[in-house]
Amino acid sequence: MKLLYFAWVRERIGTAEETIEPPRGVDTVDDLLGWLRTRGEAYDLALAEPAAIRVALDHDHAEHDTPIAGVREVALFPPMTGG
Amino acid sequence: MAHVRVAIVSEPLDITAEIERVTTGRGDIGAVVTFTGLCRDEDGRLEALELEHYPGMAETEVTRIAEQAAKRWEISDVTVLHRHGKVKPGETIVLVVTASKHRHAAFESAEFIMDFLKTHAPFWKKEHTAAGAVAWVSAKSSDDDAEERWNTVD
Repeated sequence: MKLLYFAWVRERIGTAEETIEPPRGVDTVDDLLGWLRTRGEAYDLALAEPAAIRVALDHDHAEHDTPIAGVREVALFPPMTGG
Repeated sequence: MAHVRVAIVSEPLDITAEIERVTTGRGDIGAVVTFTGLCRDEDGRLEALELEHYPGMAETEVTRIAEQAAKRWEISDVTVLHRHGKVKPGETIVLVVTASKHRHAAFESAEFIMDFLKTHAPFWKKEHTAAGAVAWVSAKSSDDDAEERWNTVD
């Protein structure tokens, strides 16, 4: 699974993208955010407020309770500020 | 179905060219509405905005919003152009052009597109100040309210 990070999420984690295989039991976006936070201080800091994190699964906006099975690309980013 | 043109570009946007592209050779368009979003200097404090985007999804999401507008209103053309990269005060960040037989569809669809673009299109602004500081711009709750009204009013 490819993970992409944008804006301050990218800066805090310290990378723009990476490929990972989450362990069994990581079924939803919520689970993924929780598991990522265990991967180090930078992740924990970036994702400390899950409510501030927006998620897209294969280019579609998704809620945190959405299952991630079969998803190829997960993007994590702050609320959008374009326009 | 309306003709939809969406592009995420790093070059300056040309509003005149976009209006001409829509209206040239057409006798059926009675109204063209354009919205231009500009970079402000915040009373001289701001030197530039840096726009980050999610390549691939940004185009997809903006197209989705434009197509929703085309379903909801009788518009024949919709153009949405958005900059990425560094934008200086006075430069255009976003350009929306809608064309229809009558003005209401063009006005309302342009506003709808901007309201959804603000909350759904994956772009993030970073401020570069004249003093050399950099900071991410925070999302505004008023933008969520602006989007919400389209779910209640028809």
